[in-house]
Amino acid sequence: MHIARIAPPQRRLADRPTLILLGGAVLLMAAMAAGVLFGPARISPGGLGAVLADFLGLAPLPDAFRRDAAVLGVIRAPRVLMAALIGAGLGAAGAAMQGLFRNPLADPGLIGVSAGAALAAVAAIVFGATVFGAAAGALGLWMLPLAAFIGGLAATLLMTRLGTVGGVTGVATLLLAGVAVNALAGALTGLLIFTADDRQVRDITFWTLGSLAGSRWEQVPVVAALVGLPTLGLIALARPLDALLLGEAEAFHLGQKVEVVKRIAVTLAAIAVAAGVAFTGLIGFVGLVVPHLLRLGFGSGHRIVLPGSALLGAALLVLADLAARSLAAPAELPVGVVTALLGAPFFLWLLRRRAGGVA
Amino acid sequence: MIAAEGIGFRAGGRPLLSDVSLELRPGEVLVLAGPNGAGKSTLLKILAGEMACSAGTARLEGKTLGDWHPRDLARRRAVLGQHVGVAFPMLAQAVVALGRLPWHGSPERARDEQAIAAALAEANVAHLAPRAHATLSGGERQRVHLARALAQLDGAGMPAALMLDEPTASLDAGHRAALLRLLRRLAGRGLAVLVVLHDLQEAAFVADRVALLEAGRLIACGPPEEALHPALLERVYGLPFRNLPGIGPIPLLEGALTQG
Repeated sequence: MHIARIAPPQRRLADRPTLILLGGAVLLMAAMAAGVLFGPARISPGGLGAVLADFLGLAPLPDAFRRDAAVLGVIRAPRVLMAALIGAGLGAAGAAMQGLFRNPLADPGLIGVSAGAALAAVAAIVFGATVFGAAAGALGLWMLPLAAFIGGLAATLLMTRLGTVGGVTGVATLLLAGVAVNALAGALTGLLIFTADDRQVRDITFWTLGSLAGSRWEQVPVVAALVGLPTLGLIALARPLDALLLGEAEAFHLGQKVEVVKRIAVTLAAIAVAAGVAFTGLIGFVGLVVPHLLRLGFGSGHRIVLPGSALLGAALLVLADLAARSLAAPAELPVGVVTALLGAPFFLWLLRRRAGGVA
Repeated sequence: MIAAEGIGFRAGGRPLLSDVSLELRPGEVLVLAGPNGAGKSTLLKILAGEMACSAGTARLEGKTLGDWHPRDLARRRAVLGQHVGVAFPMLAQAVVALGRLPWHGSPERARDEQAIAAALAEANVAHLAPRAHATLSGGERQRVHLARALAQLDGAGMPAALMLDEPTASLDAGHRAALLRLLRRLAGRGLAVLVVLHDLQEAAFVADRVALLEAGRLIACGPPEEALHPALLERVYGLPFRNLPGIGPIPLLEGALTQG
């Protein structure tokens, strides 16, 4: 056969998924190391050595480095882990939704999850103390995330119900239902803000801008389960989503259970995003920009785009959080502001490039 | 291999197909012909298992199409639709590789590269493989998707069916002839080929049998000289036809123009 002459002379990078994903993993590790090591509070190399030695059980921690140990272990480590997990969820969910809707502009917000989470979070901020009274204190840190998580899932459920007619979930109907649910949730949120007092309005504003400042170790296992597992599930959908690149009928011709895939993808994306958003507030652009970047570099195959978006999304959010707490130290910028500040111009540049016929 | 018995299909209360019975056999080219809206594409979709019929049954080897696992069905039949787009930038080669998806998890996986190369060569698109799908012309895309369908059926090992909906629509005369010759070759290898064609000369050239549909009813099914008889065609298309030996049925446009 004369295949050798036909195929491109050297194997392109896009044909080497393992290599690409390994690169992504190295990038993520570097980002996480930077996230732990750097920040407004300086850690001396000696302090770092002492904390590491203690962590590895080599030498007890000298009292002089107690503060360093607290900064690294209690404040930064859980924060970096949370950023990585949530960034991975946002990236993979964005890639999956774009694949499902066959639209590069789709993001998890489209399935109503962000708007629903926001509405529930705002309701919790406005009514929490009134409704739960003393119990609000006991529920403490968990009330807001729980409300946001349930709100996000409820909005997506409502949207998929509206978008499903006769057992078939039409992508166009789903899209329109999403627009309607988003508008409704937005209006109700506006109504709640109208009734809120000044302090609540400030809380609401900061929640919608997103922040990882509240990250604690107790939250890490919850996020690992509710964001990490759905992310892995989405990555496993690479082949069906590849088939969907050609359209729904063609995906069926290629042997996929299209309705099942649609339902699973929407559910997993909704859980991953709702759980992430629940702890951090709204973080935009990660789910939109990261999959784009991967497609631009390595083609549209989901076996690279999905896991790559998880890795790169994680790295991006870790670095964005590092920037958020470093740029205006000792104050902190909301991380959603940083991702949008980085993401929006980059996205515009991408659009211009596409318009120029390059992509 | 695929048998339809008394198939009916209604959409929005309107019958699109009524009481259609026919069988697609291995090693034959069966052409679906008929005027616009006669139900050709609908019938093809039902025989592909993509849509369920509202009356009658459609079976692949005795088992109702709806009872087949989509993956097992995909290993036995491939479909080339009228307009296939690709949602995101992809190389033509990657598009053809999608045809191998049904074989994931089977020993046939090992033959992926070989099957893709063979399909590219067979559809005569090997030179297009490294090009971006979006930069191809309509006819080139059609041929790339044909290669995808061929890659999908490579390894079936049992009788398999290839279904094509107006595959010649965006092809030039040369590529039309090449495609029709390819369909004959595939049938010669035992493949069952079901193809919707508008051009009756092409139908006469390629078909073992022609199924002529009119308003959702099968009005003739048999060898081209029978099913494409000028008298029958005149009734169906409302236009006089003449059968030229070795060329096939020709619509007599002049007569139609002066009539109007």
